[in-house]
Amino acid sequence: MIRFSKYIWIYIVLSSLVLVPGIYSLITWGLRPSIDFTGGTVLELTLEKKLTNDSLREIAKTNAIDLVEIQQSGKNTYTFRIKPTTESAVDAFQAQLGKEGGKIDLLRKDTVGPVIGKELLSKAIVASIFVVIAILSYVAYAFKSFRFGIAAVASLVHDMLVMFGSFSLLGHFFGVEVDTLFVTAFLTTMSFSVHDTIVIFDRIREYRRKDTRTKLTNVSNVALTETMGRSLVNSFTIMFMLLSLVLMGGETVRWFAVALLIGTVTGTYSSPFVATPVLLLLDKWEKKRNEKR
Amino acid sequence: MAKNSRKFFIYLLILTFIVALIDLPEKFKISIPWRGGTIQKEINPPSINIQIGSLKIQKTFTTHLGLDLAGGIHVALEADMKNIPVESRMDALESARQVIERRVNFFGVSEPVVQHIKSGETYRVVVELPGVTDIDQALSLIGQTAKLEFREMNDISESTEAAFLSPTLENTQPVDLTGKDLKRATLSFNSNNGEPEVAIEFTPDGGKKFADITKRLIGKPLAIFLDDTPLMWPTVKTEITDGSGVISGGFTFDQAKRLTLQLNAGALPVPVAVVEKRIVGATLGADSVSKSMRAGFIGLGIVALFMILKYGWLGLYADLALFVYGLITLALYRLIPVTLTLPGIAGFILSIGMAVDANILIFERFKEECRKGKPWVIAMELGFGKAWDSIRDANFTTIITSIILYNPGNWDFLPSSGLVRGFAATLFIGVVISLFTGIIVTRTFIRVLYRGPKGGKA
Repeated sequence: MIRFSKYIWIYIVLSSLVLVPGIYSLITWGLRPSIDFTGGTVLELTLEKKLTNDSLREIAKTNAIDLVEIQQSGKNTYTFRIKPTTESAVDAFQAQLGKEGGKIDLLRKDTVGPVIGKELLSKAIVASIFVVIAILSYVAYAFKSFRFGIAAVASLVHDMLVMFGSFSLLGHFFGVEVDTLFVTAFLTTMSFSVHDTIVIFDRIREYRRKDTRTKLTNVSNVALTETMGRSLVNSFTIMFMLLSLVLMGGETVRWFAVALLIGTVTGTYSSPFVATPVLLLLDKWEKKRNEKR
Repeated sequence: MAKNSRKFFIYLLILTFIVALIDLPEKFKISIPWRGGTIQKEINPPSINIQIGSLKIQKTFTTHLGLDLAGGIHVALEADMKNIPVESRMDALESARQVIERRVNFFGVSEPVVQHIKSGETYRVVVELPGVTDIDQALSLIGQTAKLEFREMNDISESTEAAFLSPTLENTQPVDLTGKDLKRATLSFNSNNGEPEVAIEFTPDGGKKFADITKRLIGKPLAIFLDDTPLMWPTVKTEITDGSGVISGGFTFDQAKRLTLQLNAGALPVPVAVVEKRIVGATLGADSVSKSMRAGFIGLGIVALFMILKYGWLGLYADLALFVYGLITLALYRLIPVTLTLPGIAGFILSIGMAVDANILIFERFKEECRKGKPWVIAMELGFGKAWDSIRDANFTTIITSIILYNPGNWDFLPSSGLVRGFAATLFIGVVISLFTGIIVTRTFIRVLYRGPKGGKA
């Protein structure tokens, strides 16, 4: 048995190392919203010659055009999605495309609204709150104690903050954007995090049924020791899938896979090292209150 | 128990065979060299085309891919703003977009993109629909204004002969009761002739207005107009106070269904016209999609190998169960059908993780019981029994999450749009199927095929 409960301060330090810079970054720099949220310019044209995606991106770069997406439809027809920028920059980009790709047949040049409106975003937040309440009540019901529910939700909030924080940092330093796919990765992490926590809580519940006298601290240490192997094995299988996507998947999918990877790591970490310590703390508080009475 | 398991094992094989048939690749060409020449054959998933009396069952099994993976139809609608003051045009465009989005969502097209675009003095709504093959049907749903209006005859003497006179915009006047006063419209069937019709229910305010109007017009016709065309003009027999009514107008089933959807989604604030429709390519880029698919398969291969290395034969059975899981899930995606997008695939990957997890939980319990010195047959059953509690609770929370995100009741305060919904649907299917394969299928494989760990140890 490993006495996990002795090292709570290490977990606090570890979590703070990620959370403090993340939250600082969230407050000062916020997140970088993608064209899905902000809108931008859509340019659609047919070129005489076929240009590769790489050379198209190169042309965009030299003209300081922030390309979000290149979509090919038909033979040499391209649709470019561009971040909000000046009219003249788009014109310059268009001119150079003509130089390299031959005659241009301009089909469309529009400024578009966002795909994800404010309406959807606020509804997604409402849904997340409902999910949190539902999880809290179900865990409290299944484990016959509110402490378990609160602890599970605490680790959930921890994971959400880690994800938002790290993407805020990634956005500030590497220009990574938050798009519709990030919203999905976030929802995935929510489910995964609770799933993992419940496996550990189940062990604690099982031992408590057999024996109610042993201290919760000891019970949780036994439970953590026994489930650690399974937690790691399980997370490794998911991480294998995601790492292969990060390393070998296409450009457009990469940051999505990174988001899921961060979610998996923090989801695995938070179950033994956030949810369980929170449960122990809550238990202690309750005991103290009862003694005072 | 062993006998039952064997029977179940055979059922499982049959089930696997059937879903594998449904999962056959589309338009997959094989060529076999044979006696100097080659035999060319194209493989396709089977399709059902049965006719029993007047009932026709037609179903083809193909994967529906989303815009991001496979492209779809791109439609641009231009709004006619000439009757709208300049300052409120953007608002009108946005509410038109919302109405169209609601219609598309009601229509059951998943993962649509509905965007508004203003360029110069033109106002447009762009709709991108994945996997819709019937452009015209889609257009007739999203493009119609669907302005419902109740009108009465101008001239009383004319209206006594109303049955012979069709109402027009000229000989009628509005009674201040429109589609905005509707609370809900539902598709129903006439109890006499079985014709499809649309049952409407007014808001409390609308119901009061309707009662007043019907009281005033007893014995006279009340005309119902849709987009300025008269639909029907029944003669009012009594005052209707319960705030409900029925619109029938010789609809076909599809027409009635479409009208129901449009009335529920609300009328467009401005008339729109189609200015562009075409087929578009994958938004994520075709090469990115194929690269990611390959990466996904490699990742899955590593997971499978890892399970075998860690758990030996047991790992292999878990992999087999995972394979059955993949086949069933894909078959369900084709049957329902679910539009597969990248967020959907994320849900799928997560549920694979949970399917594997169920097996890992069971096998770890099994090892523990073996270490305690129990014979493996008993240890295995104990492993399944003890792991069940945690598997149930963990998966149940995920199921609750996916149901809330899917929003089956179409509640206003929860998202009902494609993005979140696609993810929720694949997650739900994945978790339910993974419970079945991770526990029941794996257990059957083990009961029938497993001969115990080497040397009696796990």
